[in-house]
Amino acid sequence: MKLDEQTRGDFPILSRIVNGRPLVYLDSAASSQKPRAVVEAMTRYYETSHANVHRSIHTLGEEATELYELARDRVQRFIGAAARQEIVFTRGTTDAISIVAEAIGRTLKPGDEILVTDMEHHSNLVPWQVAVRDRGARIRSVPLVGDGVLDLGAVDRLLTERTRVFAFAHVSNVLGTINPVAELVRRARGLGALTLVDGAQAAPHLPLDMSELGCDFYAFSAHKMLGPTGLGVLYGRRAVLERLEPARGGSEMIKEVWVDRATWNDLPWRLEPGTPPIAETVGLTAAIEYLEKLGMDRVREHEQSLATQAVDVLSAIPGVRVFGPRGERGAVVSFAVDGWHPHDVAAALDADGIAVRAGHHCAQPLMRWCGVVGTSRASFGVYNSSEEVALLAHAVAALGGAP
Amino acid sequence: MSAVTRPALYSDAIRERWRRPRYRGELPDATATAEDVNPLCGDRVRMQVRLDDGRVSAARFAGDSCAICTASADVLSELIQGRSRAEATALGAADVLGVLQADVRPTRLRCVTLPISVLAKALA
Repeated sequence: MKLDEQTRGDFPILSRIVNGRPLVYLDSAASSQKPRAVVEAMTRYYETSHANVHRSIHTLGEEATELYELARDRVQRFIGAAARQEIVFTRGTTDAISIVAEAIGRTLKPGDEILVTDMEHHSNLVPWQVAVRDRGARIRSVPLVGDGVLDLGAVDRLLTERTRVFAFAHVSNVLGTINPVAELVRRARGLGALTLVDGAQAAPHLPLDMSELGCDFYAFSAHKMLGPTGLGVLYGRRAVLERLEPARGGSEMIKEVWVDRATWNDLPWRLEPGTPPIAETVGLTAAIEYLEKLGMDRVREHEQSLATQAVDVLSAIPGVRVFGPRGERGAVVSFAVDGWHPHDVAAALDADGIAVRAGHHCAQPLMRWCGVVGTSRASFGVYNSSEEVALLAHAVAALGGAP
Repeated sequence: MSAVTRPALYSDAIRERWRRPRYRGELPDATATAEDVNPLCGDRVRMQVRLDDGRVSAARFAGDSCAICTASADVLSELIQGRSRAEATALGAADVLGVLQADVRPTRLRCVTLPISVLAKALA
């Protein structure tokens, strides 16, 4: 049975009619839809077990804490982290990257460098821009070559002993390029630089194993992997997290407080100030269980086949240009249509019930490299079918020369 | 044929202005110029205006934008001809949409208003 046939019925929203047509949801890279199991787990939590975590000496508080910490164990297993202390819950990928950038930013010295790449999402650029500001440090960036892959020769030139952090995407949210994480990490480590990987577009789609990737930090969001909004994960290698001085304070992150000073709690709570998104972690547990039941290898295979099909059928349409590498890629396909602005493409497809994203995809430096103001982007999840890709292609082919 | 079954995405006026804008271009003797982007989509619009004796004698727009935004910029350039600074800046989305004979969804309203805010910046 195809993966979409198996999963489709679990996603109530996908039976919606939009503009008189059955919804074809091709915007999972922005946010995935949620299976019933996730919605129900969160409802059940609120209806039976909700209380604040960690400090409540009563039954509900204990249940909530247990569920919250169970989610940590599930994430640890899902991404192959060595210890539960390496899993920090955040508000999302942007927040996870910011936590690291803020902490490291305070230690930057004049001449220090942060290395990024030209394909980064703004969320892996702007936190670093803020971090280097006023510290005499600067940002350098790895250029792209060919159909949108990192210039690995340039990586060797740009990575120096001045590089404090090399921050890069695992999978480009526009091009679908899958970067060679383990290799990039190896090169960075050789020069003493820390590595942060933006895994927002990888965690929902690829089997992950932190011990294989070897990176120091890995960030991703629950809502792109069938889970709820408002929750992200920061993985950090324990030895590195131990040295990370928290930049944010409050409640759960302390051990003991005086009016003018405090001592820090142990990992991972040290980096989790404030009441966390508890119900959301319960939802994430359900999402991970759902994905694990499908098997991430199967998820990967299904989505790769949809992406390949989309690249093939879209690039066969006259006047349509597809961005990004051919062959292996993530679950996104960006394209441009002659005579059409991407927003008008999205509006036209929406009239057919097809949801795609259009615009700069929070990757303006990459748009400049592509030479466009924006693209239209179809992205896929476990519930999408090859028939839906065919519908997309049919609708794009029917656009004609101009709106 | 799909052109038969597919209703037009936008009004005739929007489509006409997108395909054949009347005021796209450069205004070398402009007395006021401004440019801005729509942070949501990255669309960029520049408005150039020439004022003679306090009235708009010429206007041109340029940029990279969607059909609605382009049509809005084109109509706005037309509407302000001969108007005073105050009259030109008093024009709003409703005026532009009236000419375009269109209604837009809230998500696209910024496409209409970007040229209006750029004009206001130019005339400020």
